[in-house]
Amino acid sequence: MSERFLSPRVTAVPPSGIRRFFDIAGTMKGAISLGVGEPDFVTPYHIRNAAMDSLLSGETQYTPNRGLLSLRAEIAEYLARRFDAHYDPETEIVVTVGASEAIDLALRATVDPGDQVLVPDPGYVSYAPCVTFAGGEAVPLTTSAKNGFRIDPEDLERAITPRTKALIFPYPNNPTGAVMRREHLEALIPVIERHDLLVIADEIYAELTYDGVEHVSIAAMPGLKERTVLINGFSKSFAMTGWRLGYACAPKPLTAQMNKIHQYTIMCAPRQSQVAAEEALRVGRENGYKDILTMRESYDQRRRLMVDAFTGMGLSCHVPEGAFYCFPSIESTGLSSEEFCTRLLRTEKVVCVPGTAFGLSGEGHIRCCYATALKSLNEAFARIGRFLGHLGE
Amino acid sequence: MNELKLRLLNLLQEDCRIPLEKLAVMLGVSLQEVASAIEEMEQDGTILRYRPVVNWDRVNVNRVEAMIEVRVTPQRDMGFDAIASRIYRFDEVKSVFLMSGSYDLLVLVEAATLKELAAFVSEKLSVLDTVTGTATSFVLKRYKQEGVIFEAAAKDDRLVVSP
Repeated sequence: MSERFLSPRVTAVPPSGIRRFFDIAGTMKGAISLGVGEPDFVTPYHIRNAAMDSLLSGETQYTPNRGLLSLRAEIAEYLARRFDAHYDPETEIVVTVGASEAIDLALRATVDPGDQVLVPDPGYVSYAPCVTFAGGEAVPLTTSAKNGFRIDPEDLERAITPRTKALIFPYPNNPTGAVMRREHLEALIPVIERHDLLVIADEIYAELTYDGVEHVSIAAMPGLKERTVLINGFSKSFAMTGWRLGYACAPKPLTAQMNKIHQYTIMCAPRQSQVAAEEALRVGRENGYKDILTMRESYDQRRRLMVDAFTGMGLSCHVPEGAFYCFPSIESTGLSSEEFCTRLLRTEKVVCVPGTAFGLSGEGHIRCCYATALKSLNEAFARIGRFLGHLGE
Repeated sequence: MNELKLRLLNLLQEDCRIPLEKLAVMLGVSLQEVASAIEEMEQDGTILRYRPVVNWDRVNVNRVEAMIEVRVTPQRDMGFDAIASRIYRFDEVKSVFLMSGSYDLLVLVEAATLKELAAFVSEKLSVLDTVTGTATSFVLKRYKQEGVIFEAAAKDDRLVVSP
Protein backbone atom coordinates (compact mmCIF):
# COMPACT_ATOMS: atom_id res chain seq x y z
CA MET A 1 0.00 0.00 0.00
CA SER A 2 1.19 3.51 -0.74
CA GLU A 3 2.51 5.42 2.29
CA ARG A 4 0.89 8.46 0.70
CA PHE A 5 -2.51 7.18 1.89
CA LEU A 6 -1.69 7.70 5.53
CA SER A 7 -2.09 11.04 7.20
CA PRO A 8 1.15 12.22 8.81
CA ARG A 9 -0.92 13.90 11.52
CA VAL A 10 -2.20 10.48 12.53
CA THR A 11 0.94 8.42 11.97
CA ALA A 12 2.88 10.86 14.14
CA VAL A 13 0.80 9.88 17.17
CA PRO A 14 2.41 6.89 18.91
CA PRO A 15 0.14 3.95 19.71
CA SER A 16 -0.95 3.75 23.36
CA GLY A 17 1.71 2.41 25.74
CA ILE A 18 -1.07 0.45 27.33
CA ARG A 19 -1.68 -1.44 24.13
CA ARG A 20 1.91 -2.61 23.95
CA PHE A 21 1.74 -3.91 27.49
CA PHE A 22 -1.51 -5.63 26.75
CA ASP A 23 0.17 -7.61 23.99
CA ILE A 24 2.68 -9.10 26.43
CA ALA A 25 0.21 -9.66 29.26
CA GLY A 26 -2.68 -10.93 27.16
CA THR A 27 -0.92 -14.16 26.22
CA MET A 28 0.17 -15.06 29.75
CA LYS A 29 -1.63 -17.84 31.64
CA GLY A 30 -2.31 -17.47 35.36
CA ALA A 31 -1.56 -13.76 35.39
CA ILE A 32 -3.33 -11.53 37.90
CA SER A 33 -4.23 -8.19 36.44
CA LEU A 34 -4.13 -4.91 38.30
CA GLY A 35 -4.01 -3.33 34.86
CA VAL A 36 -7.71 -3.08 34.18
CA GLY A 37 -9.47 0.25 33.94
CA GLU A 38 -13.04 -0.72 34.63
CA PRO A 39 -15.28 -1.89 37.49
CA ASP A 40 -15.28 -5.55 38.44
CA PHE A 41 -19.04 -5.41 38.91
CA VAL A 42 -21.42 -6.48 36.20
CA THR A 43 -24.03 -3.81 35.37
CA PRO A 44 -26.84 -4.10 37.97
CA TYR A 45 -29.47 -6.53 36.78
CA HIS A 46 -32.41 -4.12 36.73
CA ILE A 47 -30.45 -1.96 34.28
CA ARG A 48 -29.67 -4.89 31.99
CA ASN A 49 -33.29 -5.94 32.23
CA ALA A 50 -34.51 -2.53 31.07
CA ALA A 51 -32.38 -2.85 27.93
CA MET A 52 -33.73 -6.35 27.28
CA ASP A 53 -37.31 -5.13 27.64
CA SER A 54 -36.61 -2.37 25.19
CA LEU A 55 -35.18 -4.81 22.65
CA LEU A 56 -38.03 -7.26 23.09
CA SER A 57 -40.61 -4.56 22.56
CA GLY A 58 -38.95 -3.64 19.29
CA GLU A 59 -37.32 -0.32 20.13
CA THR A 60 -34.70 -0.61 17.43
CA GLN A 61 -34.89 2.82 15.78
CA TYR A 62 -32.66 5.90 15.87
CA THR A 63 -33.16 8.28 18.73
CA PRO A 64 -32.91 12.06 18.41
CA ASN A 65 -29.31 13.15 17.75
CA ARG A 66 -28.87 14.55 21.22
CA GLY A 67 -30.32 11.41 22.80
CA LEU A 68 -33.76 10.56 24.16
CA LEU A 69 -35.23 13.64 25.78
CA SER A 70 -36.37 11.55 28.75
CA LEU A 71 -32.76 10.46 29.30
CA ARG A 72 -31.48 14.01 29.00
CA ALA A 73 -34.07 15.10 31.54
CA GLU A 74 -32.82 12.41 33.93
CA ILE A 75 -29.23 13.52 33.33
CA ALA A 76 -30.15 17.14 34.09
CA GLU A 77 -31.93 16.05 37.26
CA TYR A 78 -29.00 13.86 38.30
CA LEU A 79 -26.39 16.58 37.77
CA ALA A 80 -28.51 19.07 39.68
CA ARG A 81 -29.08 16.72 42.62
CA ARG A 82 -25.63 15.23 42.89
CA PHE A 83 -23.36 18.09 41.89
CA ASP A 84 -25.50 21.23 41.86
CA ALA A 85 -24.70 21.62 38.14
CA HIS A 86 -27.66 22.91 36.13
CA TYR A 87 -28.25 22.20 32.45
CA ASP A 88 -31.23 22.52 30.18
CA PRO A 89 -32.06 19.06 28.81
CA GLU A 90 -33.36 20.54 25.56
CA THR A 91 -30.35 22.62 24.58
CA GLU A 92 -27.33 21.98 26.80
CA ILE A 93 -26.82 18.20 26.83
CA VAL A 94 -25.64 15.76 24.13
CA VAL A 95 -25.69 12.03 24.82
CA THR A 96 -22.56 10.43 23.36
CA VAL A 97 -20.92 7.10 22.69
CA GLY A 98 -19.04 6.96 25.96
CA ALA A 99 -17.36 9.92 27.61
CA SER A 100 -14.65 9.25 25.01
CA GLU A 101 -16.80 10.66 22.23
CA ALA A 102 -17.71 13.59 24.44
CA ILE A 103 -14.01 14.42 24.86
CA ASP A 104 -13.51 14.25 21.11
CA LEU A 105 -16.57 16.43 20.46
CA ALA A 106 -15.48 19.04 22.98
CA LEU A 107 -12.03 19.26 21.41
CA ARG A 108 -13.15 19.25 17.79
CA ALA A 109 -15.80 21.89 18.46
CA THR A 110 -13.30 24.25 20.07
CA VAL A 111 -9.73 23.61 18.93
CA ASP A 112 -8.14 25.02 15.77
CA PRO A 113 -4.65 24.61 14.33
CA GLY A 114 -2.28 26.65 16.46
CA ASP A 115 -4.36 26.32 19.62
CA GLN A 116 -2.74 24.79 22.65
CA VAL A 117 -4.60 22.59 25.08
CA LEU A 118 -3.17 21.89 28.53
CA VAL A 119 -3.30 18.25 29.51
CA PRO A 120 -2.48 17.22 33.09
CA ASP A 121 0.39 14.75 33.10
CA PRO A 122 0.14 11.98 34.24
CA GLY A 123 -3.33 11.68 32.78
CA TYR A 124 -5.67 9.50 30.80
CA VAL A 125 -4.13 8.29 27.56
CA SER A 126 -6.66 9.75 25.11
CA TYR A 127 -6.52 13.48 25.73
CA ALA A 128 -3.30 14.38 23.95
CA PRO A 129 -3.97 12.24 20.85
CA CYS A 130 -7.50 13.67 20.59
CA VAL A 131 -6.08 17.20 20.76
CA THR A 132 -3.69 16.27 17.95
CA PHE A 133 -6.44 14.71 15.85
CA ALA A 134 -8.43 17.91 16.30
CA GLY A 135 -5.49 19.84 14.88
CA GLY A 136 -4.35 21.42 18.14
CA GLU A 137 -1.22 21.09 20.21
CA ALA A 138 -1.34 19.19 23.50
CA VAL A 139 0.88 20.73 26.16
CA PRO A 140 1.58 18.58 29.22
CA LEU A 141 0.87 20.18 32.57
CA THR A 142 3.01 18.34 35.08
CA THR A 143 1.61 17.25 38.42
CA SER A 144 3.51 15.24 40.98
CA ALA A 145 3.17 13.23 44.15
CA LYS A 146 4.47 16.12 46.24
CA ASN A 147 1.29 18.12 45.61
CA GLY A 148 -0.92 15.04 45.58
CA PHE A 149 -1.06 15.08 41.76
CA ARG A 150 -3.28 18.15 41.87
CA ILE A 151 -2.87 21.09 39.52
CA ASP A 152 -0.95 23.84 41.21
CA PRO A 153 -2.14 27.37 40.27
CA GLU A 154 1.43 28.59 39.76
CA ASP A 155 2.28 25.65 37.50
CA LEU A 156 -0.87 26.41 35.51
CA GLU A 157 0.05 30.08 35.24
CA ARG A 158 3.52 29.17 33.96
CA ALA A 159 2.19 26.73 31.35
CA ILE A 160 -0.19 29.24 29.79
CA THR A 161 0.85 31.02 26.58
CA PRO A 162 -1.15 33.41 24.37
CA ARG A 163 -2.08 30.35 22.31
CA THR A 164 -3.55 28.37 25.21
CA LYS A 165 -7.24 27.84 24.60
CA ALA A 166 -8.36 25.07 26.90
CA LEU A 167 -7.50 23.08 29.98
CA ILE A 168 -8.42 19.41 30.25
CA PHE A 169 -9.62 18.90 33.79
CA PRO A 170 -9.90 15.21 34.64
CA TYR A 171 -10.74 14.83 38.34
CA PRO A 172 -11.07 12.46 40.13
CA ASN A 173 -8.02 11.43 38.17
CA ASN A 174 -7.04 8.33 36.31
CA PRO A 175 -4.27 7.15 36.94
CA THR A 176 -3.39 9.03 40.15
CA GLY A 177 -6.67 8.97 42.10
CA ALA A 178 -6.20 12.68 42.85
CA VAL A 179 -9.25 14.79 43.65
CA MET A 180 -9.44 18.56 43.27
CA ARG A 181 -11.45 19.63 46.29
CA ARG A 182 -13.38 22.87 46.53
CA GLU A 183 -10.44 24.79 47.99
CA HIS A 184 -8.19 23.61 45.16
CA LEU A 185 -10.76 24.70 42.61
CA GLU A 186 -11.06 28.09 44.26
CA ALA A 187 -7.30 28.60 44.03
CA LEU A 188 -7.22 27.64 40.35
CA ILE A 189 -10.27 29.49 39.03
CA PRO A 190 -8.77 33.04 39.08
CA VAL A 191 -5.97 31.82 36.78
CA ILE A 192 -8.47 30.15 34.46
CA GLU A 193 -10.60 33.30 34.31
CA ARG A 194 -7.69 35.69 33.91
CA HIS A 195 -6.53 33.82 30.80
CA ASP A 196 -10.03 33.16 29.51
CA LEU A 197 -9.54 29.40 29.31
CA LEU A 198 -12.14 26.86 28.34
CA VAL A 199 -12.32 23.99 30.84
CA ILE A 200 -12.98 20.50 29.53
CA ALA A 201 -13.93 18.69 32.72
CA ASP A 202 -13.90 14.91 32.43
CA GLU A 203 -15.78 13.87 35.57
CA ILE A 204 -16.29 10.22 34.72
CA TYR A 205 -15.08 9.18 38.20
CA ALA A 206 -17.21 11.79 40.01
CA GLU A 207 -19.12 9.19 42.01
CA LEU A 208 -16.00 7.39 43.18
CA THR A 209 -14.55 9.50 45.99
CA TYR A 210 -13.64 8.31 49.46
CA ASP A 211 -12.80 9.35 53.01
CA GLY A 212 -15.83 11.60 53.13
CA VAL A 213 -14.50 13.71 50.25
CA GLU A 214 -17.40 14.56 47.94
CA HIS A 215 -16.73 15.47 44.34
CA VAL A 216 -17.16 19.14 43.53
CA SER A 217 -17.86 19.81 39.87
CA ILE A 218 -15.94 22.76 38.49
CA ALA A 219 -19.03 23.47 36.36
CA ALA A 220 -20.94 24.23 39.56
CA MET A 221 -18.45 26.85 40.76
CA PRO A 222 -19.71 30.44 40.45
CA GLY A 223 -19.41 31.71 36.88
CA LEU A 224 -17.66 28.59 35.58
CA LYS A 225 -20.54 27.02 33.70
CA GLU A 226 -20.04 29.54 30.90
CA ARG A 227 -16.53 28.29 30.22
CA THR A 228 -16.91 24.58 30.95
CA VAL A 229 -17.74 21.46 29.01
CA LEU A 230 -18.86 18.99 31.65
CA ILE A 231 -18.28 15.39 30.58
CA ASN A 232 -19.56 12.35 32.39
CA GLY A 233 -20.97 8.93 31.66
CA PHE A 234 -22.22 5.66 33.02
CA SER A 235 -19.15 3.45 32.72
CA LYS A 236 -17.59 3.87 36.13
CA SER A 237 -20.49 4.91 38.33
CA PHE A 238 -22.93 2.25 37.14
CA ALA A 239 -20.43 -0.37 35.92
CA MET A 240 -21.53 0.10 32.31
CA THR A 241 -18.25 0.32 30.38
CA GLY A 242 -19.29 -1.92 27.48
CA TRP A 243 -22.51 0.03 26.89
CA ARG A 244 -20.50 3.01 25.68
CA LEU A 245 -22.68 5.77 27.01
CA GLY A 246 -21.66 9.22 28.14
CA TYR A 247 -22.66 12.83 27.73
CA ALA A 248 -21.33 16.33 27.29
CA CYS A 249 -22.97 19.38 28.84
CA ALA A 250 -22.13 22.94 27.90
CA PRO A 251 -23.74 26.33 27.25
CA LYS A 252 -26.19 26.27 24.36
CA PRO A 253 -23.95 27.66 21.55
CA LEU A 254 -21.15 25.19 22.30
CA THR A 255 -23.55 22.27 22.68
CA ALA A 256 -25.01 23.14 19.28
CA GLN A 257 -21.56 22.86 17.67
CA MET A 258 -20.76 19.60 19.44
CA ASN A 259 -24.12 18.24 18.38
CA LYS A 260 -23.38 19.21 14.78
CA ILE A 261 -20.24 17.02 14.75
CA HIS A 262 -22.11 14.28 16.61
CA GLN A 263 -25.04 14.29 14.20
CA TYR A 264 -22.80 14.03 11.13
CA THR A 265 -20.42 11.41 12.49
CA ILE A 266 -22.38 9.29 14.96
CA MET A 267 -26.06 10.15 14.43
CA CYS A 268 -27.02 9.01 17.91
CA ALA A 269 -25.80 6.78 20.73
CA PRO A 270 -27.23 3.24 20.69
CA ARG A 271 -30.84 3.25 21.80
CA GLN A 272 -30.64 0.30 24.22
CA SER A 273 -27.71 1.88 26.01
CA GLN A 274 -29.74 5.05 26.38
CA VAL A 275 -32.69 3.12 27.77
CA ALA A 276 -30.41 1.33 30.23
CA ALA A 277 -28.84 4.62 31.31
CA GLU A 278 -32.24 6.19 31.87
CA GLU A 279 -33.21 3.23 34.07
CA ALA A 280 -29.97 3.61 36.03
CA LEU A 281 -30.65 7.28 36.77
CA ARG A 282 -34.39 6.94 37.38
CA VAL A 283 -34.01 4.09 39.85
CA GLY A 284 -31.04 5.85 41.42
CA ARG A 285 -33.16 8.94 41.95
CA GLU A 286 -35.81 6.81 43.65
CA ASN A 287 -33.55 4.74 45.90
CA GLY A 288 -30.87 7.26 46.81
CA TYR A 289 -28.36 5.89 44.27
CA LYS A 290 -28.05 2.59 46.08
CA ASP A 291 -26.20 0.85 43.22
CA ILE A 292 -23.49 3.49 43.27
CA LEU A 293 -23.12 3.59 47.04
CA THR A 294 -22.82 -0.19 47.33
CA MET A 295 -20.08 -0.34 44.72
CA ARG A 296 -18.32 2.67 46.14
CA GLU A 297 -18.13 1.10 49.59
CA SER A 298 -16.65 -2.05 48.12
CA TYR A 299 -14.01 -0.06 46.19
CA ASP A 300 -13.22 1.93 49.30
CA GLN A 301 -12.50 -1.22 51.33
CA ARG A 302 -10.16 -2.51 48.68
CA ARG A 303 -8.54 0.90 48.31
CA ARG A 304 -7.57 0.84 51.97
CA LEU A 305 -6.25 -2.67 51.59
CA MET A 306 -4.07 -1.74 48.62
CA VAL A 307 -2.65 1.43 50.16
CA ASP A 308 -1.89 -0.55 53.31
CA ALA A 309 -0.24 -3.33 51.30
CA PHE A 310 2.04 -1.01 49.31
CA THR A 311 2.96 1.00 52.37
CA GLY A 312 3.76 -2.25 54.15
CA MET A 313 6.07 -3.23 51.30
CA GLY A 314 7.94 0.04 51.67
CA LEU A 315 6.59 1.65 48.49
CA SER A 316 5.44 5.18 49.08
CA CYS A 317 1.85 5.53 47.97
CA HIS A 318 -0.06 8.77 48.21
CA VAL A 319 -3.59 8.04 49.38
CA PRO A 320 -5.92 8.25 46.38
CA GLU A 321 -9.14 10.09 47.22
CA GLY A 322 -10.96 9.06 44.06
CA ALA A 323 -11.31 6.71 41.06
CA PHE A 324 -10.14 3.11 41.66
CA TYR A 325 -6.41 3.24 41.22
CA CYS A 326 -3.34 3.48 43.40
CA PHE A 327 -0.31 5.14 41.88
CA PRO A 328 2.57 4.11 44.14
CA SER A 329 6.13 5.24 43.63
CA ILE A 330 8.61 2.53 42.65
CA GLU A 331 11.55 4.92 42.57
CA SER A 332 13.13 3.23 45.58
CA THR A 333 13.73 0.11 43.46
CA GLY A 334 15.96 2.01 41.06
CA LEU A 335 13.98 0.61 38.13
CA SER A 336 12.12 2.58 35.52
CA SER A 337 8.33 2.12 35.50
CA GLU A 338 8.54 0.15 32.29
CA GLU A 339 11.31 -2.14 33.59
CA PHE A 340 9.50 -2.67 36.88
CA CYS A 341 6.24 -3.68 35.22
CA THR A 342 7.91 -5.89 32.62
CA ARG A 343 9.99 -7.74 35.20
CA LEU A 344 7.06 -8.07 37.59
CA LEU A 345 4.98 -9.54 34.81
CA ARG A 346 7.70 -11.95 33.66
CA THR A 347 8.70 -13.22 37.11
CA GLU A 348 5.50 -13.04 39.12
CA LYS A 349 2.80 -12.74 36.48
CA VAL A 350 1.22 -9.63 37.93
CA VAL A 351 0.07 -6.97 35.49
CA CYS A 352 0.50 -3.31 36.47
CA VAL A 353 0.60 -0.41 34.07
CA PRO A 354 3.81 1.66 33.87
CA GLY A 355 3.17 5.25 34.93
CA THR A 356 4.79 6.41 31.69
CA ALA A 357 1.78 5.11 29.74
CA PHE A 358 0.05 8.21 31.16
CA GLY A 359 2.73 10.72 30.26
CA LEU A 360 6.37 11.42 31.04
CA SER A 361 5.61 12.60 34.58
CA GLY A 362 4.32 9.11 35.32
CA GLU A 363 7.92 7.87 35.42
CA GLY A 364 8.75 6.31 38.77
CA HIS A 365 5.14 5.19 39.34
CA ILE A 366 2.90 2.29 38.44
CA ARG A 367 -0.87 2.25 38.14
CA CYS A 368 -2.62 -0.51 40.05
CA CYS A 369 -6.38 -0.95 39.90
CA TYR A 370 -8.04 -2.21 43.06
CA ALA A 371 -11.37 -2.98 41.39
CA THR A 372 -10.66 -6.67 41.44
CA ALA A 373 -11.65 -9.67 43.56
CA LEU A 374 -10.30 -9.67 47.11
CA LYS A 375 -8.65 -13.02 46.65
CA SER A 376 -6.79 -11.88 43.53
CA LEU A 377 -5.74 -8.66 45.23
CA ASN A 378 -4.24 -10.49 48.18
CA GLU A 379 -2.44 -12.92 45.88
CA ALA A 380 -1.12 -9.99 43.83
CA PHE A 381 0.19 -8.27 46.97
CA ALA A 382 1.97 -11.46 48.02
CA ARG A 383 3.58 -11.75 44.59
CA ILE A 384 4.64 -8.10 44.45
CA GLY A 385 6.09 -8.43 47.95
CA ARG A 386 8.10 -11.46 46.85
CA PHE A 387 9.25 -9.62 43.71
CA LEU A 388 10.46 -6.66 45.78
CA GLY A 389 12.22 -9.06 48.17
CA HIS A 390 14.16 -10.63 45.32
CA LEU A 391 15.08 -7.21 43.92
CA GLY A 392 16.68 -6.36 47.25
CA GLU A 393 18.89 -9.45 47.22
CA MET B 1 -26.78 -1.89 65.63
CA ASN B 2 -23.96 0.48 64.89
CA GLU B 3 -22.55 1.27 61.47
CA LEU B 4 -19.37 -0.76 61.99
CA LYS B 5 -21.27 -3.89 62.91
CA LEU B 6 -23.50 -3.57 59.87
CA ARG B 7 -20.49 -3.20 57.59
CA LEU B 8 -18.79 -6.14 59.23
CA LEU B 9 -21.86 -8.30 58.75
CA ASN B 10 -22.02 -7.39 55.07
CA LEU B 11 -18.37 -8.32 54.60
CA LEU B 12 -18.61 -11.55 56.61
CA GLN B 13 -21.70 -12.61 54.71
CA GLU B 14 -19.64 -12.43 51.53
CA ASP B 15 -16.58 -14.11 52.98
CA CYS B 16 -16.21 -15.00 56.65
CA ARG B 17 -12.61 -16.06 56.22
CA ILE B 18 -11.16 -12.57 55.75
CA PRO B 19 -8.59 -12.22 58.56
CA LEU B 20 -9.42 -9.69 61.29
CA GLU B 21 -6.36 -7.61 60.35
CA LYS B 22 -7.66 -7.21 56.79
CA LEU B 23 -11.17 -6.42 57.97
CA ALA B 24 -9.73 -3.66 60.13
CA VAL B 25 -7.80 -2.16 57.19
CA MET B 26 -10.76 -2.43 54.85
CA LEU B 27 -13.08 -0.65 57.25
CA GLY B 28 -10.51 1.87 58.39
CA VAL B 29 -10.75 0.96 62.10
CA SER B 30 -8.43 -0.67 64.60
CA LEU B 31 -7.98 -4.41 64.97
CA GLN B 32 -9.31 -4.11 68.52
CA GLU B 33 -12.54 -2.46 67.35
CA VAL B 34 -13.16 -5.20 64.79
CA ALA B 35 -12.38 -7.97 67.25
CA SER B 36 -14.67 -6.64 69.94
CA ALA B 37 -17.53 -5.86 67.54
CA ILE B 38 -17.43 -9.45 66.29
CA GLU B 39 -17.08 -10.80 69.81
CA GLU B 40 -20.16 -8.83 70.88
CA MET B 41 -22.20 -10.08 67.96
CA GLU B 42 -21.18 -13.65 68.71
CA GLN B 43 -22.14 -13.17 72.35
CA ASP B 44 -25.51 -11.57 71.75
CA GLY B 45 -26.56 -14.14 69.17
CA THR B 46 -26.35 -11.88 66.12
CA ILE B 47 -23.70 -14.12 64.59
CA LEU B 48 -24.67 -17.72 65.21
CA ARG B 49 -22.24 -19.68 63.12
CA TYR B 50 -19.71 -19.47 60.25
CA ARG B 51 -20.34 -22.01 57.52
CA PRO B 52 -19.46 -22.58 53.88
CA VAL B 53 -22.09 -22.58 51.16
CA VAL B 54 -21.66 -26.12 49.77
CA ASN B 55 -22.74 -27.34 46.38
CA TRP B 56 -23.64 -30.89 47.43
CA ASP B 57 -24.22 -31.90 43.83
CA ARG B 58 -20.43 -31.91 43.50
CA VAL B 59 -20.10 -34.35 46.38
CA ASN B 60 -20.66 -38.01 45.82
CA VAL B 61 -23.16 -38.70 48.60
CA ASN B 62 -26.80 -39.66 48.71
CA ARG B 63 -28.84 -36.67 49.67
CA VAL B 64 -32.44 -35.64 49.05
CA GLU B 65 -34.14 -32.53 50.18
CA ALA B 66 -37.75 -31.54 50.40
CA MET B 67 -39.79 -28.52 51.36
CA ILE B 68 -42.84 -29.46 53.31
CA GLU B 69 -45.78 -27.17 53.75
CA VAL B 70 -47.34 -27.96 57.09
CA ARG B 71 -50.75 -26.91 58.36
CA VAL B 72 -51.12 -26.98 62.11
CA THR B 73 -53.60 -26.03 64.81
CA PRO B 74 -52.03 -23.29 66.92
CA GLN B 75 -52.13 -23.95 70.65
CA ARG B 76 -53.67 -21.73 73.28
CA ASP B 77 -51.15 -19.30 74.83
CA MET B 78 -48.29 -20.64 72.77
CA GLY B 79 -49.39 -19.96 69.19
CA PHE B 80 -47.14 -21.74 66.73
CA ASP B 81 -43.98 -21.74 68.81
CA ALA B 82 -44.60 -24.98 70.67
CA ILE B 83 -45.40 -27.03 67.59
CA ALA B 84 -42.53 -25.40 65.69
CA SER B 85 -40.11 -26.49 68.37
CA ARG B 86 -41.51 -30.04 68.29
CA ILE B 87 -40.68 -30.05 64.59
CA TYR B 88 -37.33 -28.28 64.48
CA ARG B 89 -35.75 -30.60 67.02
CA PHE B 90 -35.65 -33.45 64.51
CA ASP B 91 -32.16 -33.84 63.02
CA GLU B 92 -33.64 -34.25 59.55
CA VAL B 93 -35.13 -30.77 59.73
CA LYS B 94 -32.74 -28.10 58.48
CA SER B 95 -34.98 -25.03 58.53
CA VAL B 96 -38.41 -24.09 59.80
CA PHE B 97 -40.27 -20.91 58.96
CA LEU B 98 -43.66 -19.60 60.10
CA MET B 99 -45.39 -18.42 56.94
CA SER B 100 -48.27 -16.21 55.94
CA GLY B 101 -50.65 -17.66 53.35
CA SER B 102 -52.37 -20.99 52.83
CA TYR B 103 -50.20 -23.03 55.20
CA ASP B 104 -48.46 -22.33 58.49
CA LEU B 105 -44.97 -23.78 58.64
CA LEU B 106 -42.47 -24.34 55.88
CA VAL B 107 -40.14 -27.16 56.86
CA LEU B 108 -36.93 -27.95 54.96
CA VAL B 109 -35.95 -31.53 55.40
CA GLU B 110 -32.85 -33.43 54.36
CA ALA B 111 -32.28 -37.20 54.25
CA ALA B 112 -30.04 -39.75 52.55
CA THR B 113 -32.77 -41.38 50.48
CA LEU B 114 -36.26 -40.76 49.27
CA LYS B 115 -37.46 -43.60 51.44
CA GLU B 116 -35.99 -42.14 54.60
CA LEU B 117 -37.51 -38.80 53.82
CA ALA B 118 -40.91 -40.29 53.16
CA ALA B 119 -40.64 -42.19 56.43
CA PHE B 120 -39.89 -38.97 58.26
CA VAL B 121 -43.01 -37.31 56.90
CA SER B 122 -45.36 -40.20 57.51
CA GLU B 123 -43.97 -41.49 60.80
CA LYS B 124 -42.65 -38.43 62.56
CA LEU B 125 -44.18 -35.28 61.14
CA SER B 126 -47.73 -36.19 60.18
CA VAL B 127 -48.42 -37.99 63.42
CA LEU B 128 -47.83 -34.95 65.59
CA ASP B 129 -51.09 -34.04 67.34
CA THR B 130 -51.47 -30.54 66.05
CA VAL B 131 -50.41 -31.23 62.46
CA THR B 132 -53.51 -31.23 60.30
CA GLY B 133 -51.95 -31.64 56.88
CA THR B 134 -48.69 -31.69 54.89
CA ALA B 135 -47.66 -31.18 51.28
CA THR B 136 -44.18 -32.38 50.38
CA SER B 137 -42.20 -31.03 47.41
CA PHE B 138 -38.82 -32.48 46.53
CA VAL B 139 -35.93 -30.26 45.49
CA LEU B 140 -34.85 -31.17 41.96
CA LYS B 141 -32.13 -28.62 41.36
CA ARG B 142 -30.56 -25.79 43.26
CA TYR B 143 -29.89 -22.63 41.25
CA LYS B 144 -29.13 -20.05 43.89
CA GLN B 145 -28.91 -20.13 47.66
CA GLU B 146 -27.96 -17.46 50.18
CA GLY B 147 -27.19 -15.09 47.31
CA VAL B 148 -24.79 -17.53 45.67
CA ILE B 149 -25.51 -18.70 42.13
CA PHE B 150 -24.50 -22.35 41.91
CA GLU B 151 -23.55 -23.00 38.34
CA ALA B 152 -22.04 -19.68 37.35
CA ALA B 153 -18.30 -20.04 37.75
CA ALA B 154 -16.63 -16.79 38.74
CA LYS B 155 -15.15 -15.33 35.59
CA ASP B 156 -13.62 -12.05 34.63
CA ASP B 157 -14.38 -10.94 31.10
CA ARG B 158 -12.45 -7.71 31.34
CA LEU B 159 -9.47 -6.86 29.15
CA VAL B 160 -6.26 -7.61 31.05
CA VAL B 161 -5.05 -4.07 30.46
CA SER B 162 -7.24 -1.11 29.59
CA PRO B 163 -6.73 2.63 29.87
